[in-house]
Amino acid sequence: MIFGDIARKKLSFLALLAAALSFVIVPQSSFAQDATTSVDESVAESQSVADGEVVMETDSSAFEHFGPEMIKGQPTSYEDDAWASMNFQEQYTDNGNYALGMHDKLLMPIITVISLFVLGLLLWVVAKYRKGANPVPSKTSHNTLIEVIWTVVPVIILVVIAVPSITLIARQYAAPPAEAITIKANGYQWYWGYEYVDNGGFEVISNMLDESASLDAGEPYQLAVDNRMVVPVGVPIRLQTFGADVIHSFGIPSLWFKLDAVPGRINEKILTINEEGIYYGQCMELCGARHGYMPIAIEARSMEDYNAWVQAQGGMTLEQIADEAAAAAAAEAAEEDAESAEDAAEAGDTEGEAEAEAAEADAAEADAA
Amino acid sequence: MATTAEGFDTHNGDHAHHDADHKPGFFARWFMSTNHKDIGTLYLIFAIVAGIVGGAISGGMRLELAEPGVQWLGTFVGWLGGDPLSFDQQGHMWNVLITAHGLIMVFFMVMPAMIGGFGNWFVPLMIGAPDMAFPRMNNISFWLTVAGFCSLLFSMFVPGGIGMGAGVGWTVYAPLSTSGSVGPATDFAIFSLHLAGAGSILGATNFITTIFNMRAPGMTLHKMPLFVWSVLVTAFLLLLALPVLAAAITMLLTDRNFGTTFFDAAGGGDPILYQHLFWFFGHPEVYIMILPGFGMISQIVATFSRKPVFGYLGMAYAMVAIGVVGFIVWAHHMYTVGLSVNTKMYFTAATMVIAVPTGIKIFSWIATMWGGSITFKSPMVWAMGFIFLFTVGGVTGVVLANGGVDDNLHDTYYVVAHFHYVLSMGAVFSMFAGWYYWFPKMSGRWHSEFLAHLHFWVFFIGVNVVFFPMHFLGVQGMARRYPDFTAAFAHWNWVASVGYVIVLASVAIFFINMIYAFVAGRRAEDNYWGEGATTLEWSLSSPPPYHQFETLPVIEDHHSADDHISSKSATA
Repeated sequence: MIFGDIARKKLSFLALLAAALSFVIVPQSSFAQDATTSVDESVAESQSVADGEVVMETDSSAFEHFGPEMIKGQPTSYEDDAWASMNFQEQYTDNGNYALGMHDKLLMPIITVISLFVLGLLLWVVAKYRKGANPVPSKTSHNTLIEVIWTVVPVIILVVIAVPSITLIARQYAAPPAEAITIKANGYQWYWGYEYVDNGGFEVISNMLDESASLDAGEPYQLAVDNRMVVPVGVPIRLQTFGADVIHSFGIPSLWFKLDAVPGRINEKILTINEEGIYYGQCMELCGARHGYMPIAIEARSMEDYNAWVQAQGGMTLEQIADEAAAAAAAEAAEEDAESAEDAAEAGDTEGEAEAEAAEADAAEADAA
Repeated sequence: MATTAEGFDTHNGDHAHHDADHKPGFFARWFMSTNHKDIGTLYLIFAIVAGIVGGAISGGMRLELAEPGVQWLGTFVGWLGGDPLSFDQQGHMWNVLITAHGLIMVFFMVMPAMIGGFGNWFVPLMIGAPDMAFPRMNNISFWLTVAGFCSLLFSMFVPGGIGMGAGVGWTVYAPLSTSGSVGPATDFAIFSLHLAGAGSILGATNFITTIFNMRAPGMTLHKMPLFVWSVLVTAFLLLLALPVLAAAITMLLTDRNFGTTFFDAAGGGDPILYQHLFWFFGHPEVYIMILPGFGMISQIVATFSRKPVFGYLGMAYAMVAIGVVGFIVWAHHMYTVGLSVNTKMYFTAATMVIAVPTGIKIFSWIATMWGGSITFKSPMVWAMGFIFLFTVGGVTGVVLANGGVDDNLHDTYYVVAHFHYVLSMGAVFSMFAGWYYWFPKMSGRWHSEFLAHLHFWVFFIGVNVVFFPMHFLGVQGMARRYPDFTAAFAHWNWVASVGYVIVLASVAIFFINMIYAFVAGRRAEDNYWGEGATTLEWSLSSPPPYHQFETLPVIEDHHSADDHISSKSATA
């Protein structure tokens, strides 16, 4: 009852508290809006990419890698931009932008205010309650109201943080759509291999460029690689990671992406990159002597460029695979026809049989792919 | 206990007097010690030695990281007898340094100083006990820790795969630590954890028994000083967490040497299982390192504010809550291993809960000062530095607690900055606060207050220059455990390395102060901090007699948790 009385007397304070909290909540809803608009943009973008694919026919010999002018995801040096060198890299995924918004507009203000608040209280105490200013100490050692407040207010702040935090996790764990392209990053001591599971299963081995080679290429040393991981822009990628020997970790700061590559299990996460460009990352789990020297470079390209690159690597585009599957299905149908024809004729037409066999073999190949 | 000491005396042929201050000869006193104060002193000396080694290693690391490129690792490889020009051996050397730095600072510096040193010295004094419950076990706890340290140092001089030493990180993750590191170095490093862990488990049982059974008449649990509460909670954490570590690293040893496959997927094991086991120990471990510091800060803030601790029960049970919740948040160290979505959401929510009892403690310390009459002696200055820097380290913990945000920060320098703010500034500031608070009590001599303040300010500036820029490196994406970095990270790494030099200067001031105290320090009186210091150790002489409380002090009804000695005659 006594506590209730106190609380009633301090109602005005509680109202102030509520007002302060609403200030905390407002920016949160605003960055949520930012994120939704960017989702729409990316959907539009990916549609246009898909349209382009239909119109343009790919020419595998025409593929050229991006030059250093297309580098987007890389750290900024203090000399280039002091402020940028103290903040997160610019983000190129929707989830990255959501997370960055959550950090910059919600977490940073809260933790800055809390730190300054504690510092302010300490300075106040130093000024007000030093022996010279306050020779006789009070003997107060309890105040239920204040203890309840400093328990409940942090709880409320944490709830305010938890809501977007849980939302972010749910978004990051969204199941990739069925048409997502599967690419598998294999961690080796000490390089990466990128396996294009949906494009014929070829693997690209990616090693770090040495200092002179990376400087010649105009790329940052220790981030530049000989063979980049080329991925399509604007379409969902089902990115899988696997560790061939010890645990590695596939981390790209500008895509807000990090997933461990663990021996004996395949980890999987969705990744949709919004813009064409080069994004650098590094191994993020201690993996032995050259842990620091197995960088990652992702090159996000339009779907037609991606297809051209895939063909140049000896892989097949999704379209080719689909065509082949269709051809195999047609062949299967033809085979059935042939069989029925065989039955009807009761005589061995060797040519027709050979054709049916060929179609069967094609179908088996397509299945394997 | 008395009989034990006399037994040793007989061997040393020195049993002339039998009063409370009768001390055995040098070897018996320091190598076969059963006296909690002597063992505490041994632990503190050991922690200082380990701190010098661990700090020197971090100096080598900051030297290497001062600019891009590998300049110094080859030299270090040469010292250990390897090939200085081998790129792989240089990289391995780096991993050996980070492994040794982490293990030494955690197991051989902070834990021995906090629990072994201050805990041994002041828990019996504060509860009015003549000694620890199991004085001989106390001795073996200490020497097991020393043996562990030797095993770890030895591991740096035997082959560990690519080069000398164990390059597996303090977390010793499988399979890098099993199939990834041939050679005996990793076995010795793992065995050092067994030894140190066994020492800590024995120490923990000793503290729990002592605190539950040997409190002075009238000292109920709710009248115990908060430092004793903190050691009690810490001892329970040790007792529950360390056996899990022991199991995990034993499985590492059998995977390495006897063909088992606990952590090898090829044989049906799981490398992630090791991480779950390790962090089930590892997270309580971080509270093990900081809780005794919480206790010391509570004593110090109350003493120099000349006020009782604000919200005593809230403070005690906040520590219990931190201890309990500390056991159910471990997987926030593993957000990127491929946890399921529900697991990640749970650990995000549970981790943030810890901020509540921690916030209660921060605000209660400030409320203790509020209305006080504060004198800014050196322990108080260190305590206030602790409160601010621990807050800074704590709020970055709230950022990291968010599993989705952590996807970008995991294993970057942001994490390094975070845990150094709570440990290198949190735990270490509380240790220096405790050191200056009790040094005259332990040694009987005064340090220089001027040098102690100077030490504080130089150290405060130094650690912030070292660790604050690491936040910037982390958000920009610089990974942990890298000997080298791309040119864009050069500036802030250079700043951090400059900060190390400042820290080094402050450590020099500390040692000068200690030399001053032993050479020219004036004698300390019994209760040199005055009326604010109300726990039982202040009723004794400085230093206390070799055997104290031969007549047990009595805590009477009129004594509160905050005042065990006033208005009645002191007991000794």
